[in-house]
Amino acid sequence: MGEDELVLLDFWASPFCARVKIALAEKGVAFESRAEDLFNGKSELLLKSNPTYAKVPVLLHNGKSVNESSIIVSYVDETWASPALLPPCAYGKAQARFWADYIDKKVFEAGSSIWRSRGEELEVAKKEFLEIVRTLENELGDKAYFGGESFGYVDILLIGLVSWFDAYERFGSFKVEDESPKFAAWAKKCLLRESVANVIPEADKVYEFIAMMRKMNGIE
Amino acid sequence: MAASGDVKLIGAWASPYVLRPRIALNMKSVEYEFLEEKFGQKSELLLKSNPVHKKIPVLIHGDRPVCESLIIVQYIDEAWAGGKPILPADAYDRATARFWAAYVDDKFFPSLSGFGKVQGEEAKKEMLSQVYDSLALLEGAYQTISKEKPFFGGDQIGYLDIALGSFLGWLRVTEAMSQIKLITDEKTPGLAEWAERFVADEAVKDVMPETEKLIEFAKIIFAKMKPAA
Repeated sequence: MGEDELVLLDFWASPFCARVKIALAEKGVAFESRAEDLFNGKSELLLKSNPTYAKVPVLLHNGKSVNESSIIVSYVDETWASPALLPPCAYGKAQARFWADYIDKKVFEAGSSIWRSRGEELEVAKKEFLEIVRTLENELGDKAYFGGESFGYVDILLIGLVSWFDAYERFGSFKVEDESPKFAAWAKKCLLRESVANVIPEADKVYEFIAMMRKMNGIE
Repeated sequence: MAASGDVKLIGAWASPYVLRPRIALNMKSVEYEFLEEKFGQKSELLLKSNPVHKKIPVLIHGDRPVCESLIIVQYIDEAWAGGKPILPADAYDRATARFWAAYVDDKFFPSLSGFGKVQGEEAKKEMLSQVYDSLALLEGAYQTISKEKPFFGGDQIGYLDIALGSFLGWLRVTEAMSQIKLITDEKTPGLAEWAERFVADEAVKDVMPETEKLIEFAKIIFAKMKPAA
């Protein structure tokens, strides 16, 4: 029986690529990571595999491309059944997908508003971001993970984005821990998990990367 | 496992998002109570069932709410697994359907509604060009995915047919009000034929709002949206 060929078109700082790498690690699936140099020219393979958006991550499974991080994580979950990242019942799945959708619609954009702004705009952005974190903390409640007892789909999609939170905190002068301690505790716990720890870039490097983007965007 | 409990759908007749679960429920032959929201007001039940977004549609299945139209469609497919399949069977095909459904929501519909609302010659031209670009991509996707079968889903309508097809009413309204054909035999021959088949489908035809009624409705809401003279 032939081996599956798995290639991930990757970018070290991308929280979206982190999601896919974590999911693959959770499933114990081997893959080749190919680094894209997003600022100096995207590869032919990327442009060919994701003609609609030309974005990473792209997962190539035996040459066939799967795009959009949340969709890739679902694909990984469905292709390699164990451990299951989604609950077994239809309602549990619907809940997980709802929160994945909320996270996708809100978190990265709110975080971006923080590092892209100053002064009054920054205060507004911060408020909005913390409101979103509060909503997520409410949803987490007293559960160990968003999925319940085990680390799963929603946790993976969110923890990838959390890799940029330290930078948001530094640019915005706030600490998530002070505002939403339960959320911070959940994040800390997930960051210690092997599949996550091996993948999440160093906070300082992310900070420098975003600082560079701020400069590029003319924000001081 | 057989799904039990009564089924309610909170929605509104003109909403393309609400149309999606209605088509899905029809495909599964599921009886449900349709709770129509009054335009401009949100009911207690809606606010209670969807506190995060406060939006329709919301499916309530035996007291448990499910929100977000495409999530509801997937839920319906899984909760009534014995009926007509809505998502494709193959994981890769599912990923493809999900990708294009997300494209419809993230890119296609915003460009369509943007074109419908924008003022000024230049801006209208720019938005129209975006709509045509989106439709060209969707035409390409249709050709690749349908593999010469009548629908994105193959012989029967499926997830992506529902995701895109639910916007056909408003697409036709936009065509009527702008006097410009958006889906054409020249530019998008596949989609032109697909659209006719979709609206005629058993699961669609009784719930798809009539274009004339949508036009009347559109005129009323645009009038309400205009600033006072």
